[in-house]
Amino acid sequence: MATPATAKAQVPATTQSSSLPLMCLLAGWLVPGAGHFLLRKPVRGLLLFGSIVAMFFIGIALQGKIYQPNTGDLLDILGFLGQLGAGLLYAFARMFDWGHASVQIALADYGTKFIVVAGLLNVVAAVDAHSLANGRKAS
Amino acid sequence: MILTHFSAVLLFAFFASIVFGITQRAEPRMMIRFGAFCFVLFVGGTIAASWLMYFIKH
Repeated sequence: MATPATAKAQVPATTQSSSLPLMCLLAGWLVPGAGHFLLRKPVRGLLLFGSIVAMFFIGIALQGKIYQPNTGDLLDILGFLGQLGAGLLYAFARMFDWGHASVQIALADYGTKFIVVAGLLNVVAAVDAHSLANGRKAS
Repeated sequence: MILTHFSAVLLFAFFASIVFGITQRAEPRMMIRFGAFCFVLFVGGTIAASWLMYFIKH
């Protein structure tokens, strides 16, 4: 049974700046690994940046589909939300017309999955930076 | 860019495992171990599923 003393010990002790966790979350979403850079964890930031950006561009190189905002098929909506997780990479893909509007070869379906998963992994990385900043994750 | 199905699996597993390792563990040593574990599961699971599909067909 948790006593009041142990319950108090679970409260994060590192509350230096109340805006830091939110900044890490936002920066990590916009640029892969940026949240970890803000927390002075450059090696992790670099590995996350390299992995997520590589997955995204492998997907583009495999002629993966870039989803548009839509209210049609459920899988299209989920695909859009997944790719939106890549932050600025998704914005650049839309701006510079990277990728394809539809899947035309079998490998392009893999490409689409690479891009969606890059976005989802970026969200995981941004949430990890948020957890590190607010003390929920130890180190 | 042309990839074989297996090289696509290897690339996917490699990059996803790095992110999982960093985000799901706190200590660097455990990150490497968990990342390697994820990589083996990704690749091993794909090979197992491939053989399963082969035996279903034949």
